[in-house]
Amino acid sequence: MKNKFLLTFIIFFAIFSFFIFLKALNNSNVYIADNIFKENLVNFKSQELFSTKEILSEEIFKDSEFYILNIWASWCAPCRKEHPILMKLSQNSQVKMIGLNYKDNFDSARNFIYKFGNPYSNIMTDKDGVISIGLGAYGVPETFIIDKNKKIIKKFIGPLSKKNLDQIILLVK
Amino acid sequence: MKILKFFILIFIIINFGNANSIENSNEELRNKISKNIRCLICQGQSIFDSQSNFANSMKLVIKQKLNEGYTEKQIYELLKDQYGQWIVYDPEFNKKTFILWTLPILLFLIGGAIIGRKLIVKKF
Amino acid sequence: MLASQIGYYSLVLGLFFSIFIISISIKNFNNNQIIDNRIFSLSFLQLLFVLISFIGLIISFINSDFSNVTVFNNSHTTKPLFYKISGTWGNHEGSLLLWLLVLTIFIFLFLVKSKKQPKKYRILTLLFQQIIIIGFFLFVLKTSNPFNYLFPIPSEGLGLNPILQDPILAIHPPILYLGYVGSSIIFSSSLAAVVLKYVSKEWAKHIKIWILIAWIFLTIGILLGSIWAYYELGWGGFWFWDPVENVSLMPWLCLTALLHCILVLEKKLILTSWVIILSISTFTLSMSGTFLVRSGILNSVHTFANDSERGIFILIFLFILIFISLIIFFFFHNEQKKIQSKINLFSKETAIIFNNWFMMYFLSVVLIGTVYPIFLDVLTGVKISVGPPFYHKLIIPFLIPFLIIMSIGPNLSWIKTNLKKINISLIFFFIISLVISFVILKKNNQSTLINTVLLFASLYLFFVTVRDFFNKNFKSYSQKIGHFGFSLLILSIFFNSLFSSEIIINLKVGEIYAFEKGIIKFKKVETFNIKNYKSIVGHFEIEDDKKNLIELKPEVRIYNQPVTITSEADIKTTLFSDKFLVMNVVKDHDFFNVRYQSKAFMIWIWISTLLLAVGGIFSLIRRLNEK
Repeated sequence: MKNKFLLTFIIFFAIFSFFIFLKALNNSNVYIADNIFKENLVNFKSQELFSTKEILSEEIFKDSEFYILNIWASWCAPCRKEHPILMKLSQNSQVKMIGLNYKDNFDSARNFIYKFGNPYSNIMTDKDGVISIGLGAYGVPETFIIDKNKKIIKKFIGPLSKKNLDQIILLVK
Repeated sequence: MKILKFFILIFIIINFGNANSIENSNEELRNKISKNIRCLICQGQSIFDSQSNFANSMKLVIKQKLNEGYTEKQIYELLKDQYGQWIVYDPEFNKKTFILWTLPILLFLIGGAIIGRKLIVKKF
Repeated sequence: MLASQIGYYSLVLGLFFSIFIISISIKNFNNNQIIDNRIFSLSFLQLLFVLISFIGLIISFINSDFSNVTVFNNSHTTKPLFYKISGTWGNHEGSLLLWLLVLTIFIFLFLVKSKKQPKKYRILTLLFQQIIIIGFFLFVLKTSNPFNYLFPIPSEGLGLNPILQDPILAIHPPILYLGYVGSSIIFSSSLAAVVLKYVSKEWAKHIKIWILIAWIFLTIGILLGSIWAYYELGWGGFWFWDPVENVSLMPWLCLTALLHCILVLEKKLILTSWVIILSISTFTLSMSGTFLVRSGILNSVHTFANDSERGIFILIFLFILIFISLIIFFFFHNEQKKIQSKINLFSKETAIIFNNWFMMYFLSVVLIGTVYPIFLDVLTGVKISVGPPFYHKLIIPFLIPFLIIMSIGPNLSWIKTNLKKINISLIFFFIISLVISFVILKKNNQSTLINTVLLFASLYLFFVTVRDFFNKNFKSYSQKIGHFGFSLLILSIFFNSLFSSEIIINLKVGEIYAFEKGIIKFKKVETFNIKNYKSIVGHFEIEDDKKNLIELKPEVRIYNQPVTITSEADIKTTLFSDKFLVMNVVKDHDFFNVRYQSKAFMIWIWISTLLLAVGGIFSLIRRLNEK
């Protein structure tokens, strides 16, 4: 009798494991931390891209209903892809676009802007990547939607798609 | 039974032993922490082993935080807050992971019980 | 093109042979004639067709035949010939073809080498093995065909990953597969033995050879993987508890436990159920490993490209095998009713039971650590990582009693040991190990409790096994070498982790860096253009505190197809340590990131693992000669 019990238990556990693995196959194994972010935007200090003056983030994160902080780099191909969407967003009067240039060469970054256009009101730089980590980002491109109380309400990882554009427009109404 | 208690005792003592281990120099501590942090844009590497942008920036952040006086544990807590539990290689002992930590030991004890019974029965 | 065509049809033909083999075998099983010779011929023909298929793929690679999708994805005209050939099995489809080849070779060898075994047992083993073979045929033909056609034919391939262009990596998979397939034979023959109630001392003696073969290959396969990781991946580690590494370690742990148990079963009719369970588990673990690595379910630096169709197929196949073995075990196996003798507490049998107890614990740690994140993610959506700290914390404390039992165990006799005749040297070594351990650690400021006890236990085993070499007693050479090798392995790993050091700095050409134990001079940089990459070689001179000079020349390679940058470490090996230097290019800067490591006793880690395998080989040779 003990044998039959053991057998049923093992078979049950095997079937259970089977379904777990089956479900796991469909899950992505790439970790995307897009649900996790600190609520409050941390303050930071860095050089502006064009003026090279050191300014505090508090000085630029003001006087707007919403802010969009976009982390980008000239060497990042997906950033090039999402650029037209950023240009569209910059026309929205509710938002102030702020760029954070990530681990880039100043000249290459400036050339990128000259060539493709500037969607940002201000561009800060993060030469060693430390500011981005402070914000909870880990790659490029990443985009944060921030409200007027400097609270982060949404985070996008990877290049913005058309769908994301619509989502953002709805959020900032 | 006695053997079991002996093992459990050793296990506990060892973990105290770890706590009293001699504190490493700052660089060693930095390396130790980097080995425990996962590179989020790599396929299964610690930031110590990786040369990616994220890994290099993270190593700088760790250095800064240590200089600011953060302890090892505080740094892990900070990173877990920002990136989730996944970023740390050492799964801490909490509600979600207690099965992870206790199941092997449980199996060990069950195995011991089965063996103990077989041996005692046979020894009469 | 022709080679691929022949390869494909050969493969399909091979599958049909399974049908012939099965039908003739079933007929032969039921009649009372001797084993049908046609079974041999058919098995050989099946082997031949798979071989032709495999050669067909190799030829396609050599000819850079890009009309073949697999060749296109994994090769390039500028690859050196050796790597074109090894590229055949360095990809998912080709590696499965290799699996099939080894499966058919091994079952044929089994048939040929088992002449003295009962006919029904041989046929039933063949039948179970054919189930596995058919499963692989279907898997290859349906989801992983290495002979898919591509049109229009591209003029150039996508290239093999430069990291995979390495001689050690070329032989690491084949050797590992030999181990896995060996465990499939054990699986099939155990099931056959259970059905035919043939789990006996004779069967144990027979199957031990196959267990040894599988174990030796698995040991060497894992060793090669570690060596490759150490030399190639550039981080100076040899084991990272990465899921793919764990997946090769698990069957090894199971197989080692099985190896010890079969020793007992050879002499006494006990532990029969347990032996069967271990046999089934080893192959199950091998197959689960194949599943985990190839299905894309894990995030690892080693995994093949993911494809969930393949994952589902292997998963279903794996669970079919599990269900078959469960049903067979529970319905056919009944433990010989208590005519077995009792086991004395102080006997070798008990020591082996204790060995298995601990091995199963280690196995459960690795298994749970690898698989738990998957379960947690599916059930709760929470993702966690399980890395080296977990495994170290759970394994090391248990290693200590394990080592001590391993020291005492082989000294016990079969059945019963006369306690009064306990060798005085055992006690002597106990004290010496304790003292030496304490002294060494105190001198180096590492004397924590855990370090001291661990070192003591390892030294104890070491001394006991060394003493055994000088004793003409009842133990075999293979066991002496094997256990000595293991003690050496633990000692080398221990000293390696304790006494290694590393320095990471950014250096420009011409700069010098002084550290505690010496000076690093970055003298110059040379660039070369080689066949398919550009090479940047750094010349470094390391001067240690005794004014000894070493020259190290790490290299950075920039490949053109696909565009990849790799770093090749330069390593100077001595008996006492490896000096390991890696340099990395840092984007937009004129300095290099330089990583210098001194790895203590590194070569002993390889030597001791090799000794383990040598122990197995000695045992195998002895068994083969006995026949």
